[in-house]
Amino acid sequence: METAFIIEKFVLITIVFVLTLVIAMYSTLAERKVAGFMQDRNGPDRAGPFGILQPLADGGKFFFKEEIIPAGAHKSLFIAGPTIAIITACISSAVIPWGQQLTIGDRVIDLQVADINVGILYVFGVIALGVYGIMLGGWASNNKFSLMGAIRAASQSISYEIAMGLSIIALLMVTQTLSIKDIVAQQSGFVNWNIWVQPLGFIIFVTCAFAECNRVPFDLPECETELVGGYHTEYSSMKLGLYMFSEYINMFVSSAVMSALYFGGYNFPFMNDLGLSQNWITIIGVLAFFLKIFAFIFFFMWIRWTLPRFRYDQLMNLGWKILIPLAIANIVLTGIITLIKDTYW
Amino acid sequence: MSLFYFIAFLSIFFAVMVITTKNPVHSVLYLVITFFTFTVHYILLNAQFLAVVNFIVYMGAIMVLFLFVLMLLNLNKETEPMKSVLVKAIGTIAGMCLLVTIAGSVKVLEVSNPVVLKNPEIGLVDNLGKVLFKEFLLPFEISSILLLTAMVGAVLLAKKEPKDI
Repeated sequence: METAFIIEKFVLITIVFVLTLVIAMYSTLAERKVAGFMQDRNGPDRAGPFGILQPLADGGKFFFKEEIIPAGAHKSLFIAGPTIAIITACISSAVIPWGQQLTIGDRVIDLQVADINVGILYVFGVIALGVYGIMLGGWASNNKFSLMGAIRAASQSISYEIAMGLSIIALLMVTQTLSIKDIVAQQSGFVNWNIWVQPLGFIIFVTCAFAECNRVPFDLPECETELVGGYHTEYSSMKLGLYMFSEYINMFVSSAVMSALYFGGYNFPFMNDLGLSQNWITIIGVLAFFLKIFAFIFFFMWIRWTLPRFRYDQLMNLGWKILIPLAIANIVLTGIITLIKDTYW
Repeated sequence: MSLFYFIAFLSIFFAVMVITTKNPVHSVLYLVITFFTFTVHYILLNAQFLAVVNFIVYMGAIMVLFLFVLMLLNLNKETEPMKSVLVKAIGTIAGMCLLVTIAGSVKVLEVSNPVVLKNPEIGLVDNLGKVLFKEFLLPFEISSILLLTAMVGAVLLAKKEPKDI
């Protein structure tokens, strides 16, 4: 029993890990394809049919580039920066439920790596840790532009974490649990999705997720017009690749978290009326979940090629003077509505 | 139990590293690792909520701010003021006095018969919430007022004086 459990989790972790890496890899291609689509051009189409070998070519190129560690850099922290960035990006997907149970023979397999009862907070903690990768890399480069990028990343992520946490509190008042598994299970079907009861919270959460992933319009840490390349100015070869890769993995994981928390995760409309067996519903559910994730990734890219970058003071004003008061108002509003509902319905 | 001793050893080891390293940025990083070992201690005590909050608040927010300030200051060995022998001697004596006090108070505590929790699941988030909001509601509210006061004070300190006065 015990070995079977370990093998089951090991296989699941491997699948999730490989999927994460492949999706992050193809997000780089998708980003350029979407850019091409938005700007009415083709995008990369030379490597293989429709350019599908492009990420492999990029990866190979990263490995064969010369690796430079600047003479004035702090060597161990310079290496630790991208390492922390990629590790924190990869471990954050551990608590996401990818689907319901699969029954193979007489074994029931949960499609979730770890169901801990403080699941959301775990994701938050790991995201909060991710900023160390950027800060250490930027500081260890011993370069003014890198340092500016690192400092921007730190202050940005701390400011937006507050609004993000407050928007989650309102959601938790509705769901009454911190476990992501239970939150997704509550949103069965279509009308129970949390987006219908927490629209304002969702908008705040999405905005903060963009800021936490350092995506446009919040990509000030790597603002190339002011800071050369921001925190990764001095990085070359695969270390730069790892930074970019961790950004795409973060984008994938935050898309997964958003669809799990607000858009029902693996639930899809009419799932209980189709009369299918449990295994089929699980498989369709996993596909539906990935469809939602891809829709969110497309949304991330759509915004990138639509909006210009914020100025730094605008970024701080948005975080502290608009999002935080809105999130607090959302908490109060949710509290009042819950009270009225419990008393009079 | 051996796991506890191992983690406890790591906590003390990294805590010593915090005060012995010369580079302030290294100090902060060792402090981050020390806090991480505390998180592991909380998990060993089955206090998951406390563990994850310690993780988010201390490692994810407070230490990032520490690192932020240190990076801006850019302290080096050259800029560090040399401390006189007198200051060092006073520091040693004060530290020894503290050590004696702690050792004495630990001896009084009788560590050999530890308190057994009536409910081992007290650290899970729903139990903790019920205790905080029912049994200890007043102290909890008062501590929130304390935090609010501190926040108002911090904003007041950071605010620039109007120039036209």
